[in-house]
Amino acid sequence: MNEIITAVLLVLGSLFSFVAALGMLRLPDTVIRMHAATKAGTLGAGLILIGEAFFYAELGIALRALAAIAFLLLTAPVAAHLIGRAAYYSGVKLWQKTWIDQLAERYISGGYSDPDHK
Amino acid sequence: MPVDSSPVAIAGQFALALLLISIILALARLVKGPAAADRIVALDLISILIVAFLAAYSIYAGETSFLDVAIGYALIAFLGTVALARFLMRSALKRSENPETEENMRRHE
Repeated sequence: MNEIITAVLLVLGSLFSFVAALGMLRLPDTVIRMHAATKAGTLGAGLILIGEAFFYAELGIALRALAAIAFLLLTAPVAAHLIGRAAYYSGVKLWQKTWIDQLAERYISGGYSDPDHK
Repeated sequence: MPVDSSPVAIAGQFALALLLISIILALARLVKGPAAADRIVALDLISILIVAFLAAYSIYAGETSFLDVAIGYALIAFLGTVALARFLMRSALKRSENPETEENMRRHE
């Protein structure tokens, strides 16, 4: 039974990882690509780690797998936030169909322009 | 290692192959760029994919110590991503502080 659950989780996790990589290659701009990297990528790795916990069915392994998942879930948003801010600030081009850019009033052409913060 | 015809072995081979293809696709984005931020995002995804690959290989090979390798790799990869993002942020800051420098003039041409 555990073997079947593990096999299903392995296939699902690798499929989500593949979707993440496909999105990384095909999506139109940096900020949109970050969706693929952080969400689908973390989900894929997390599913495979849960599969590992099911496969060995030992407390030590399961706890280590859970620790790895918790670490991924904690660090992925932090890294994504840092990259997104640096990307926007360094002036990456947004997709031509982007219709809302709330930071545009604060950051002007790669420079910080808000007088309240400096 | 599980028996060759067991569901875990078959799923493991499938998952390892698919993860390798995914890493190659992310590498293509790493090469293509075009901005430095794109490369950092691609590198971040590659590190997450390598963690997934290590976990899958640990199941496939029946070797639990690869799980520890995956945890350690995730730690170091996070630090690397943060360092690269801060580096990009700092160079962008420098550019906006002295916009008249030669390098910046070249960039705007």
